[in-house]
Amino acid sequence: MRVMAQMAMVMNLDKCIGCHTCSVTCKQAWTNRSGVEYVWFNNVETRPGQGYPRQYEDQERWRGGWTLNKRGRLTLKAGGRARKLLTIFANPKLPSIGDYYEPWTYDYETLTDAPLQEHTPVARPRSLISGKYMKVSWSANWDDDLGGSAETGERDVVLREVSEKVKLEFDQTFMFYLPRICEHCLNPSCAASCPSGAIYKRTEDGIVLVDQDRCRGWRMCVTGCPYKKVYFNHRTGKAEKCTFCFPRVEVGIPTVCSETCVGRLRYIGLMLYDVDKVLDAASTPDDTDLYEAQRGVFLDPHDPEVIAAAERDGVPRDWIEAAQRSPIWALINTYKVALPLHPEYRTMPMVWYIPPLSPVVDVVRDTGHDAENAGNLFAAIDALRIPVDYLAQLFTAGDPAPVDAVLRRLAAMRSYMRDLNLGRDPDEAIPARVGMTGEQIYEMYHLLALAKYDARYVIPAAHAEDAHKLEELATECSLDYEGGPGMTGWGPFGETSGGAAPIAVENFHMLRQRQTSDVPAGREHLRGRVNLLNWDGKGLPEGLFPPRGGDEGPGPGGTNPPADSGAAETEPKP
Amino acid sequence: MTATGPSMYSGAPAHQVTTTDTLLWVALPYVVIAVFVLGHVWRYRYDKFGWTTRSSQLYESRLLRVGSPLFHFGILVVLLGHIGGLVVPKRWTTAAGVSEHMYHVTAVALGTVAGLCTLAGLAILIYRRRTVGPVFSATTRNDKLMYAVLTLVILLGLSATVAANLLGGGYDYRETVSPWFRSVFFLHPRAGSMAGVPILFRLHALSALLLFTIWPFTRLVHMLTAPVGYLTRPYIVYRSHDTTLGRRPPRRGWDLPR
Repeated sequence: MRVMAQMAMVMNLDKCIGCHTCSVTCKQAWTNRSGVEYVWFNNVETRPGQGYPRQYEDQERWRGGWTLNKRGRLTLKAGGRARKLLTIFANPKLPSIGDYYEPWTYDYETLTDAPLQEHTPVARPRSLISGKYMKVSWSANWDDDLGGSAETGERDVVLREVSEKVKLEFDQTFMFYLPRICEHCLNPSCAASCPSGAIYKRTEDGIVLVDQDRCRGWRMCVTGCPYKKVYFNHRTGKAEKCTFCFPRVEVGIPTVCSETCVGRLRYIGLMLYDVDKVLDAASTPDDTDLYEAQRGVFLDPHDPEVIAAAERDGVPRDWIEAAQRSPIWALINTYKVALPLHPEYRTMPMVWYIPPLSPVVDVVRDTGHDAENAGNLFAAIDALRIPVDYLAQLFTAGDPAPVDAVLRRLAAMRSYMRDLNLGRDPDEAIPARVGMTGEQIYEMYHLLALAKYDARYVIPAAHAEDAHKLEELATECSLDYEGGPGMTGWGPFGETSGGAAPIAVENFHMLRQRQTSDVPAGREHLRGRVNLLNWDGKGLPEGLFPPRGGDEGPGPGGTNPPADSGAAETEPKP
Repeated sequence: MTATGPSMYSGAPAHQVTTTDTLLWVALPYVVIAVFVLGHVWRYRYDKFGWTTRSSQLYESRLLRVGSPLFHFGILVVLLGHIGGLVVPKRWTTAAGVSEHMYHVTAVALGTVAGLCTLAGLAILIYRRRTVGPVFSATTRNDKLMYAVLTLVILLGLSATVAANLLGGGYDYRETVSPWFRSVFFLHPRAGSMAGVPILFRLHALSALLLFTIWPFTRLVHMLTAPVGYLTRPYIVYRSHDTTLGRRPPRRGWDLPR
């Protein structure tokens, strides 16, 4: 037994309202740059739907993940090492930008610069790839809320696997949202596909990262990842992926997507697992056994033997305690309500999902029956094969039994807790029907429904003795900030070559400059960029507002010109 | 094809070595080697982040799928040919039982095919780079310079081979160019052996020196990190954040802060 710790996430899909706050905040934090306009480390898909990139789940086409060869051994689906090197000059299975979408911006300038005219000026979309005007025809969420599903719904890869009846009725039957981030797999096929060895799994917390200094842009990881969560930055020529917000997690705070989740549906915690068992579990012959096989890899953090082994293998004591309190362990193992996404890819994903009961509840309610009655709900779960089969294709490689069991547990919680909330005597027969006790149901309710911040996120901080290493300042040259002597923007070798600017250093220098200078902030030349963090609200930073028509813009010292100074050309309409 | 005896070319070293010859074939190669080696060291230290293929496959893959393998496999064969021709001394191949005629026919046949593949691939890639909008706008001036020099080297090399074989009935560079090439690395450069070499071969060599000079500063650096290690390393790489950065033991509570 070799114990390792893995930072893992569970998402409770019943609570997801599809607001995309996670995607937007993630994008602001990580991919708000040129070259990664189309990159969504976190995205929310409407299911049924094609997903992002389109039809990424069709592994017969994209060849992502692992598969078993004729001798039953685990191999990369896109081919082994020799095959990878032979196809390195033109990867045959790389999604094109069209499979994602062509990113665009709008000609906002026409809105502010247009002369007085009868018709409202229009900001036309302009491609961020070619710079030309374009017709927007697809994006990351084009089929949001089943939009256009009458036309594109048939292209859902998961739907192909379920029965004909479902295909015809799915959009009247059910819909739910599936937020996705990198799975930070125990057996990551992106890392295995990387010819340079730049993608690595951290031994401390299992987070899978791309070493930007070692990535050479061979782009095999994009093919290797079956979830298509490694993206190629087309400006820098390097792969980028979800980082599990490691700088936040290291200091004990949740990822941006979790922190900002409106529905409070994400849970973060540790899982202890046995590294030696991973390969065997991933090589399980039958796809439908993979869910149980992966559960078999996890170690019980309360088991004294496991604790001893974990201490021997260098897992700190407070991390073991965090693993004991981990909501992930509770959801996966104690209550058994969380399921992995597409276990059949054999990567041992570590972002799990609690399948939604709401499609079932909605149907029961629509038929006029009591949607919180255990009997009605159990009967509906048995009768409504459509959502169950679909969910089974997502979470258990098509085996409906585990999904059934989870939905029954959620239904039991729903009706048992109603009795409690209405002050009636609890019906102990309800938990008994799903193999639980009333006490367990109540605890599960506490975790799932109340979902207190401290219960959702049990994140032990990285160790203090490592603190030096986690500081970006200590190891970087303090002159290398953007605009400093060490940086020249577009270097001679292409976009942002020569090292990235540590943001803390940049802010430090700008703050000091502002505090010690005689003129208001915003006079710095940032080559079109505005650093809002350092803008104190005084003066007009260049580029923040469109230049005033007429004269030279803000006067010396950045003071606001009188409001009417630029009004000569655009008289208000009478 | 006529057999080419060494007697036809043995006069080459008798040429007078001029100052220009010394500069071009003695001084220049060492300058180039210095720039090549130190340039790579510097680039690796200064610009690890920029050390990439900067693949443009995301923008366009139809032309790339044909052009890129054609070019890369072609140039790999050309590279092997150059190693065989320049590094391996003639008497070794003779000792191994390979006659001059056999060597010549193989080299010309393989070299021409590989060279034409390389050229065709390069033509497709340059056409793609110019005509596909996103690819062109992702092309830096640095890339354009690199493409120009690379094309020049390949064209000169190919035309030297073709011209020597079609017009002159073959030229045995292993009597002149190869000894000079090896002599540079033995730190005993023999400028004399390059003096009488046909002009196309000399221009090819000079353009190659130019290519090696700009090499560390272009995207060509990706060649030096060709991922051959992938064949032997374990699939999953585990790394601790300890391994790359310095470790500092935790300070005891009673220790004075350093």
